[in-house]
Amino acid sequence: MNTNETLSANRRDFLKTLGLTGVVLVVGIPAANAGAPVSMAPMGLLNINAAPTGSELVPYVIIEKSTPGHPGKITIMNPRPDMGQGTYQSIPALIAEELGVTLDQVTILQTGGEKAFGGQISGGSASVRGSYMPLRKVGASAREMLVTAASQQWGVPVAECSVANGSVHHKASGRSLAYGDLVEVASKLPVPSDPKLKDPNDFIILGKPALRPEVPAKVSGRAQFGIDVKVPGMLYASVERSPVIGSKLISFDDSKTKQVKGVKYVVKATRTLEKRQFDGVAVVADNYWAALKGRRALAVTWDHDGLDKFNSVAYDQQLRELAKQDGVVDHTAGDFTKALTDAPTKLDAFYETPIVSHSPMEPMNCVANWPTPTSVELWTSSQAPSWIKTKMADEFGIKADDVKINITFNGGGFGRRLFQDFVLEAAHIAKTVGKPVKVVWTREDDTQLGPFRPMTFSAFRAGLGADGMPLAFQHKVISPSISATLGNPYKADSVDKTMTEGISEQKYEIPNVDNRYVFADLQVPTGYWRAVTSTTVAFAHECFIDEMAHKAGKDPFDYRMAMLTKASDTKRVLTRLREVSKWDKPLPAGWGRGVAQWEFFAGLAAHVVEVSKQKDGSMKVEKVICVIDLGTVVNPDMVRAQTEGAIAMAITAATKPGITFENGAAQQANFDTNPMLRINEMPIVEVHILAEGGPVIKGVGEPGLPPVAPALANAIFMATGKRVRRLPMDLSKLV
Amino acid sequence: MASIKITINNQPRTLDVEPDMPLLWAIRDVVGLTGTKFGCGIAQCGACTVHLDGSPIRSCSVPVSAVAGQKITTIEGISKNADHPVQKAWIAHQVPQCGYCQSGQIMSAVALLKTTPKPSDGDIDNAMQGNICRCGTYTRIREAIHTASAEMGTTNKLPKTGAKVGKR
Repeated sequence: MNTNETLSANRRDFLKTLGLTGVVLVVGIPAANAGAPVSMAPMGLLNINAAPTGSELVPYVIIEKSTPGHPGKITIMNPRPDMGQGTYQSIPALIAEELGVTLDQVTILQTGGEKAFGGQISGGSASVRGSYMPLRKVGASAREMLVTAASQQWGVPVAECSVANGSVHHKASGRSLAYGDLVEVASKLPVPSDPKLKDPNDFIILGKPALRPEVPAKVSGRAQFGIDVKVPGMLYASVERSPVIGSKLISFDDSKTKQVKGVKYVVKATRTLEKRQFDGVAVVADNYWAALKGRRALAVTWDHDGLDKFNSVAYDQQLRELAKQDGVVDHTAGDFTKALTDAPTKLDAFYETPIVSHSPMEPMNCVANWPTPTSVELWTSSQAPSWIKTKMADEFGIKADDVKINITFNGGGFGRRLFQDFVLEAAHIAKTVGKPVKVVWTREDDTQLGPFRPMTFSAFRAGLGADGMPLAFQHKVISPSISATLGNPYKADSVDKTMTEGISEQKYEIPNVDNRYVFADLQVPTGYWRAVTSTTVAFAHECFIDEMAHKAGKDPFDYRMAMLTKASDTKRVLTRLREVSKWDKPLPAGWGRGVAQWEFFAGLAAHVVEVSKQKDGSMKVEKVICVIDLGTVVNPDMVRAQTEGAIAMAITAATKPGITFENGAAQQANFDTNPMLRINEMPIVEVHILAEGGPVIKGVGEPGLPPVAPALANAIFMATGKRVRRLPMDLSKLV
Repeated sequence: MASIKITINNQPRTLDVEPDMPLLWAIRDVVGLTGTKFGCGIAQCGACTVHLDGSPIRSCSVPVSAVAGQKITTIEGISKNADHPVQKAWIAHQVPQCGYCQSGQIMSAVALLKTTPKPSDGDIDNAMQGNICRCGTYTRIREAIHTASAEMGTTNKLPKTGAKVGKR
């Protein structure tokens, strides 16, 4: 017992050392048939809530004792939910590399928000960059314990031992021991607090294109998503919610609903989205089709209380009016007003962007079950198990430890699954009916009920010198605040820095700057969308830089480089982009190319987009050439994949209708009215990765997005002379 | 309720369901094959694509009663070990990101290669336009279909045309 307590304390310190706070718990077990080779491993409900086997060496690493003929199974925990960004490979790889195992030797389990594993969130392009050092140290610590155990057993110095493929080797004597032979002794050793990390030159997994272990399951229908979960006795629910978000439920008539075969319960539902709560009526049935039919038969009366007056045309006009206000200073340098007054050439412009939906392909869903009135088990696709824990505890007044969470593969996240509204709602319904319930949103629910990416409008003023270079620059963002739309009070005369994201971080050397923010109230809930506000403000910012270049009569690439005299990552990225995009090579007639870059919290990328004028007058996006700056790369193929995806998502946001409101409700409901990019619209994409080392690791999932819209609009300007200042742009009607 | 007989992945089934239940929900919730996905419910995204007697259909928009007595193939039915040439190509090109739409993508691709063994990019665009991938894996889907096509062409040693027979 004493030994265990010591070990626990030791491990707690270990976690703190790594910056991963929390208490170490015993950890998990692979799902059934984990003995199969990893390439075919069942990608079922891999969670750590099942009975554990094996000994925990350090958190995240569990090794079973070997049995004759079988090396002990090695399990690595993945704390970052996989939503297609590749964390099921890239995160365990950090541990595996240092541990001395290959990924096809291990079983990977997804954690469910347990304190032992620190913050378990996939978001902010933070998974690899946030885990890179801590999880390598985890693997290295486990390795050192195993090596120490072997050296003691053999009576040889530690320095003479090496590891590979899950065994410790002693070269001089030719002896080897599998980790499973050593784990019993190793697990009783103190956890090294400062293990020696591998020399990156010796990396076997990291930095090399790697096949992701979950892909075979994803091509054979065996990868389990939240929507696929079935638990014994489970009922299915569909929830009718007001199309005008925020309306209060007055009454509902379920007489026709109750006539639908299979309908079991009709109950009031509550959707808690951060600080806001929305009413609904849940139809619970013994199959999902019955729940849907029952829902359609409901007659619900809502009190809109004026919320149904909201419409996008009027709101956009309101933002244009607000643009006349001075707003609050986000960032200043020099004396903008004087510099602008004195500048021989002045220009200004106004840019507008729309609200858009996340629309992951897997609609929101959650299975909830309350085995006791104060404990709950959840199965869901979520980016944020850690946040589910705390939100569930707050919502229901239960202990976080009594919230068991099973995280499945996420059928897309893009920020939508950082929110817990669909989880809390399912938990309420399951609690009310007293049975396990799976709630599945329809595509219409998903499209119309938010939280949405908010729009931002941007007002610019610039003064150019006699040489055409900028002396004064102002970017004023006029927008709702994500935080305020989620019910958090907005402090008057403050800047919501999320809404001015990146605008004061660009490396262009401009002596006099005055960036500002004007807050606009919005009744519709908004949220974090892949690359957040950079997806809208970068469009405006990098298009206006192009306008300045044009006004100065300069090539837009030359113009940017002329503002980057000092060494910077931006300068390196653009220098590379100029070369790989063959910027200086003429294009065919009717083609145009545009450039844009963006640096923000998630990282840095720059794109050249090429477009061509079609015979029918439409514009075609031909090619996107991207340079993404990472410092260090874990899986280059995944970086390429993520960047290809970011580009597709950005083209959708720039060229498809987006979400508009009339009479308080979204006018789009499904993929017919809220279309997404399709394969015939996908340009050729070329991704160049800069991984030149250095102390900073930059993010992967988001940086590919922001430069797309401005580079596209700049390309269209070059091809047609038309300056796009409002998104979405309709590529079929530009010329 | 009605008793509806259908064959799914070569296995005859008798389903006790409402006749208007979309085939999708019968496959997922009643039969328990969850590889076929719900994406939109209105035949706009292709996540629910299955084969009806070899041709791709959107199972979300077909009442189960309409396919009574017929043969349905789902993603689970195209191979036992994820080793259909299309699946192998999907793995080789690491096509899936989140993976949710990929069952539908693969079912559309398998059907395409059946009717058009050597598809051009244009053929691929036409056949695959009904399948949305929000992760944007389109470039890799295109490449993987070409790879699968090449593999299926070389592994199929049987002559395809009379002319080739003549050359032998």
